[in-house]
Amino acid sequence: MPDSDKKLYSAREYQGIQQIVGPLLFIENIHDVGYNELVEIRDTRGNERLGVILETSEGAAVVQVFEGTTGLALDQTRVRFRGEPLQLPVNREMLGRVFDGLGRPIDGGPAPVAQERRNVNGSPINPTARTYPTKFIQTGISAIDGMNTLVRGQKLPVFSGSGLPHNRVTAQIVRQAKIVGEEVNFAVVFAAMGVKHDVARFFIDNFEETGVLENVVLFLSLADSPSVERLMTPRTALTMAEYLAFEEDMHVLVILTDMTNYCEALREISTLRGEIPSRKSYPGYLYSDLASLYERAGMVEGSEGSITQVPILTMPNDDISHPIPDLTGYITEGQIVLERDLFQKGIYPPIAGLPSLSRLMKDGIGPGMTREDHAHIASQLFAAYAKVKDVRALASVIGEEELTPLDNTYLEFGNMFEKEFLSQKEDEERSIEDTLDIGWKVISHLPKEELYRISEEELIKYYGK
Amino acid sequence: MYEVIGQVSRVLGPVIHAKGITKAQMLELVEVGEDRLIGEIVRLQGNEITVQVYEDTTGLAPGAKVYGSGMPLSVELGPGLLSSIYDGVQRPLEVIKAQSGQYIHRGVRIPSIDRQKKWSFTPVARAGDRIEPGQVLGTVQETEQVIHKIMAPPNISGEIKTMITEGEYTVETTIAVIKAASGENEISMIQRWPVRQGRPIQERLPSDIPLITGQRVIDTLFPVAKGGAVAVPGGFGTGKTMVEHQVAKWSDADVVVYIGCGERGNEITDVLQEFPKLTDPRSGRPLMERTILIANTSNMPVAAREASIYTGITMAEYYRDQGFHVAIMADSSSRWAEALRELSGRMEEMPAEEGFPAYLPTRLAEFYERAGMVKTLSGETGSVTIVGAVSPPGGDFSEPVTQHTKRFVRAFWALDRDLANARHYPAISWLDSYSEYVQDITPWWTENVDSEWPELRREILDLLQREERLQQVVKLVGADVLPDSQRLILDVCDLFKNAFLQQSAFDQIDTYATVQRQVKMLKIIVTYYRLGAEAIQQGATLMKLRRLRVLSELSKMKFSIANDEADKLDTLQQRLEREMRRLGEIYAGF
Repeated sequence: MPDSDKKLYSAREYQGIQQIVGPLLFIENIHDVGYNELVEIRDTRGNERLGVILETSEGAAVVQVFEGTTGLALDQTRVRFRGEPLQLPVNREMLGRVFDGLGRPIDGGPAPVAQERRNVNGSPINPTARTYPTKFIQTGISAIDGMNTLVRGQKLPVFSGSGLPHNRVTAQIVRQAKIVGEEVNFAVVFAAMGVKHDVARFFIDNFEETGVLENVVLFLSLADSPSVERLMTPRTALTMAEYLAFEEDMHVLVILTDMTNYCEALREISTLRGEIPSRKSYPGYLYSDLASLYERAGMVEGSEGSITQVPILTMPNDDISHPIPDLTGYITEGQIVLERDLFQKGIYPPIAGLPSLSRLMKDGIGPGMTREDHAHIASQLFAAYAKVKDVRALASVIGEEELTPLDNTYLEFGNMFEKEFLSQKEDEERSIEDTLDIGWKVISHLPKEELYRISEEELIKYYGK
Repeated sequence: MYEVIGQVSRVLGPVIHAKGITKAQMLELVEVGEDRLIGEIVRLQGNEITVQVYEDTTGLAPGAKVYGSGMPLSVELGPGLLSSIYDGVQRPLEVIKAQSGQYIHRGVRIPSIDRQKKWSFTPVARAGDRIEPGQVLGTVQETEQVIHKIMAPPNISGEIKTMITEGEYTVETTIAVIKAASGENEISMIQRWPVRQGRPIQERLPSDIPLITGQRVIDTLFPVAKGGAVAVPGGFGTGKTMVEHQVAKWSDADVVVYIGCGERGNEITDVLQEFPKLTDPRSGRPLMERTILIANTSNMPVAAREASIYTGITMAEYYRDQGFHVAIMADSSSRWAEALRELSGRMEEMPAEEGFPAYLPTRLAEFYERAGMVKTLSGETGSVTIVGAVSPPGGDFSEPVTQHTKRFVRAFWALDRDLANARHYPAISWLDSYSEYVQDITPWWTENVDSEWPELRREILDLLQREERLQQVVKLVGADVLPDSQRLILDVCDLFKNAFLQQSAFDQIDTYATVQRQVKMLKIIVTYYRLGAEAIQQGATLMKLRRLRVLSELSKMKFSIANDEADKLDTLQQRLEREMRRLGEIYAGF
């Protein structure tokens, strides 16, 4: 249908719907409407709600209502089809403002004047137009900088469990993240999906304390908002981020929390529609759907800005093989895993040594970026800590007394590594040099012969210093 | 060419239904709506069809027209494919970028092969020649390394009526007219071939030459033959993509087709930035010149992801038919299977295991069976080797895609989570992996590299097996209780893992090892075991062995001795033997 016809039809209002199932409306006897387009629904009191078309056939459509269907009646509800997908007005003045999941202001301020309206679903970035991320971001946290380096334009999620301090760790990253020796215009886009008010409050207070609040755009769809709205929240947030990064040349850090709630909402809708379920009843397209969010990170040619994504998700039952963390790990460029054992030992940040990974680390470290010994010392720390885990397992069977002297040295190294390298204060910002020096300090507890991943020159220069 | 064949009646994401169909055939290429979105007919029922659409269907409404093309989904084949980068349905991404910027918008139509570029064509056949299908008509220097053979299409035979002279032509110029029984055919440098149909060959040949990858754990322990098929399964973060990249970079194939199927955009960018800088160790030319990239990243339309695998293998077969050895990297076949599942679900088909359609194993078999060493229609030898990555959910190899893939491949490089966690890369497990090609390619190794190869290989695998059993004892009671002769096995295996199996992709020297260097390194390690076992039998202690000065050089030989200095490994071997003998002599007297 030509756009002019769509505009004409968009003025048409229908009264009455055939069926309501959860957040879904089934409407018949309408004109032919386009897939994925926006729908306005007016209840008996005249309040407007928004929805989107999930399925369309001749004269009928299935609509998903973002605000839920509570209070809608079959015969008195009025429906209008906008003839265009959900769009977000974007401009620079939106920095410092608070919006709901669909991009409507909830801070009492006026609706933003649109310089431009953008389809929240975005378009895939042409892979040949991407710039490969290589700029090291110093977070001041040794476990990240030293072993799982974050680079600008990366998508690096935090895998956590309920009760673990993922919010504190993320807030620390936001406070401390910087490129050494560079002043830039940066922004934070914060999307909350189904988290509680106090979590949102915690982040807002944090932004306020550090004086960055005027550089933050918040999209809040909290635990008491209808679950369907959560499906749009990350999309509106990322649309905002893309505008700031690629039009306004800003370096944008996007925090998405909590992705688990997003996936639950997706499952809810999928089940209601009677789709064929895949693992744990999540829809078969969960991977593609998550990819359409996570892949909206990076840098593109012809633009100075960047989008760095830090999605947070809580692993149900701390299970990393659960579909949500599993599929996320297949799409993102690594993961920061928080570990309950470390947390219970009183170690902050409890970033697990082994399962954490940064895939883009190799290109962001080394001479000129961090230090020439970085790759080797990090690799050696991983190898040695893996050995510590083996020795601990052995010690729990035969007892520490029966271990060889070398194994005992490894145990001591393991404790030093956790207490001195991993552990740091919440307001402690370590430079990359400090991080690497601490790494050398703890690894020097092991005899030289054990350090097979480090070159002779590096041993001479750093070992035991 | 396109005509209206019906109109849309229902839109379900990437799957649409259309009715009032006048004429249509299964798997026909169609275009849908005003934006002319490309799709493929996947079901026919009375005068209704189901179409899977390769582009985003937002805004598509019932009533939109469906245009039929009368032919199946096909790719264009001809000079200019090499060093190109395409999406899943062979649209050139670099050209799209030049036309429409950073994002890929819908309805873009650009020819896959550049129509303006002129190629210098040299005829081989002459007017009056009798031409059989697949016969070479002429050649084009496509890149420094690759002489592209222009062949008669596989369905055309007859007598050449006219033949163009040597000169510079575009791909669409008629270079020959062939008179066949059915009439005259004008042949250009470009041909089209349906992607879901394998290109014909004369016969299959045995696969008895290894594909040398320069990766020690692969070439020495779990080799793959040219024309073979191998699966690389591994959970996230275990290094599948790194293995695929390394094989794409260093294998001795003439042409590499790299399919990024439903994976990360930045990984494709990485390849795009790295390959032009790297040089092929054999020819000294940039690696990009022998590579075709297909990038259908995870956020690009799911139906095109399903097609990307076929697009890639059809191009691979085309170069095979010219007598080249082609290696194809499919990263990852699981994403392809998931695309299949997603589309199957949208078509409301009855699901089998874990929601995958019941025809999953059939499709996998069809794909892997397109690998092989063959005699081409023109009588040359060419091969297609498939290296397919598999991404099992939760790293659990018992899931359907891994299990079914295992039935159709003869080599299996299992990536291990624990190895990856200890940053032991490539994390190919020496206990779970296997290769059925070893028997077939052993003659090649003994003739071309070293006659001792099979024996050395068997010995080290045996040691690894024994180590695994010993480790179970060690886990219970510690290593101290074992006799020195058994602890030596632990030491040797540790050395073998660190100094041989582990290979750094980022180290200039270590990233690629020639077969000569591999076999010499292997021999040094096995020698250390043989002589060490002897010395211990004569009364030496393990501590003495561990103090040998040569040992630290052994553990760093992979970094310190480059490919062209292989004779230094001989010197190292002699030093090792000397020091060991001296140790033996001390105890011989007692």
